Amino acid sequence: MSVLTLWVDGAAVAVPAGASLLEASRAANVEVPTLCHLDGLAPVGACRLCLVEVDLPGDGSPTRLVPACSTAAGEGLVVRTATVQLQRFRRMAVELLFAEGNHVCAFCVANGACELQDAAVAVGMDHSRFPFQYPRRHVDASHPHFVIDHHRCILCTRCVRVCDEIEGAHVWDVANRGSHCQIIAGLDQPWGTVEACTSCGKCVDVCPTGALAHNDDTTAEKRAARERPALLRSARERQRWHNQGGPP
Amino acid sequence: MSGAVDEAPGGAGPQRLRLATVWLAGCSGCHMSFLDLDEWLFDLARQVEIVYSPIASDTKIFPAGVDLCLVEGAVANTDNLALAQQLRDRSRVVISFGDCAVGGNVPALRNLWDASPQAVLNRGYMELADRSAQHPRAIGIVPELLPQVLPLHAVIAVDHYLPGCPPSAERIRAFLEPLLRGEPPPMQGAAMLRFG
Repeated sequence: MSVLTLWVDGAAVAVPAGASLLEASRAANVEVPTLCHLDGLAPVGACRLCLVEVDLPGDGSPTRLVPACSTAAGEGLVVRTATVQLQRFRRMAVELLFAEGNHVCAFCVANGACELQDAAVAVGMDHSRFPFQYPRRHVDASHPHFVIDHHRCILCTRCVRVCDEIEGAHVWDVANRGSHCQIIAGLDQPWGTVEACTSCGKCVDVCPTGALAHNDDTTAEKRAARERPALLRSARERQRWHNQGGPP
Repeated sequence: MSGAVDEAPGGAGPQRLRLATVWLAGCSGCHMSFLDLDEWLFDLARQVEIVYSPIASDTKIFPAGVDLCLVEGAVANTDNLALAQQLRDRSRVVISFGDCAVGGNVPALRNLWDASPQAVLNRGYMELADRSAQHPRAIGIVPELLPQVLPLHAVIAVDHYLPGCPPSAERIRAFLEPLLRGEPPPMQGAAMLRFG
């Protein structure tokens, strides 16, 4: 296994080839905020919260902004994760997420267990400077166990990925473009009519907000289980079964 | 943007700051949380003079020369808008107090219903009425709805934001204490910032 050496916030760190900049940052004990990323799922770089500044070794080219989750570590890279500019951009990204959807924490199923709410705290957001869009979205409660509230969706695509990569059912996908972009079930059908759905609930487990929930959850009752994809993946790929007392 | 509040100018001793609290389109929960400050309200009363407030004053007209103004609620109707503009003109430091003032929150959900306030009124007062359905229309008495419910900073300049639905009494105190000493409030971490 070849090893790459790079610099994260001034500290040298060695990671296996193929590691992402996010993994390299973690190896350097540097916490980079994330939202769409979830351990166990393929990275997509959708939310832009994990943007970092990268200087390529010795070529004098201007600093590049890249998402740490979906950018591979490279030999000799100089990575900065918390500059003033990055902090400004991250706060802006979270403010835009709040302005784009209809995120009303006060009566959300995920109030207190929401990664968007946590992200707002992490970036120091006390209000959104952008005009709220109040998009007219809908709620699909056609499934017998679960509900999807598109008002609260940030299009992180964790549900799409967990259903495709872990469950293998590929019920979810992304339709349309721009501000009309939305998660769809099946061929844009009511979720409850999609026969491919196994009702496993993994999409609900991983949703960072209150967009996907059990249909008997009311305000602040959602209990997510966002560690499950990583557990399932390590069980399948490394035969480590955490629920049987195996090594972590 | 003015920063923290310094001591009022004037005589030998420090004058008490003139504090106002305003209730726009909100549920009054932020003011209830303010009352949850309990015995600290006595400390506060030694430092400020409450010159306008739905819970601590009978004054009907927003006075001039206010130092600090806490504003609960979003801007939903013509009365809210007029009072917001008036309080801005007459206050040194304006604070968006709670999630409705900060971001619209629950009152702004009517923005999802229809672009027209008339459609909102139809739904609330006609379609959902059990009996004696009628529009609450009385020009000059009942304020007209604005086309959209807006956060406070969409209509006036705001100096500080205090999120929360409602902000807890602990959060309000942690916000006001430094402000009264002339220092900026420590707006970081979940204890001070978390929405909801």
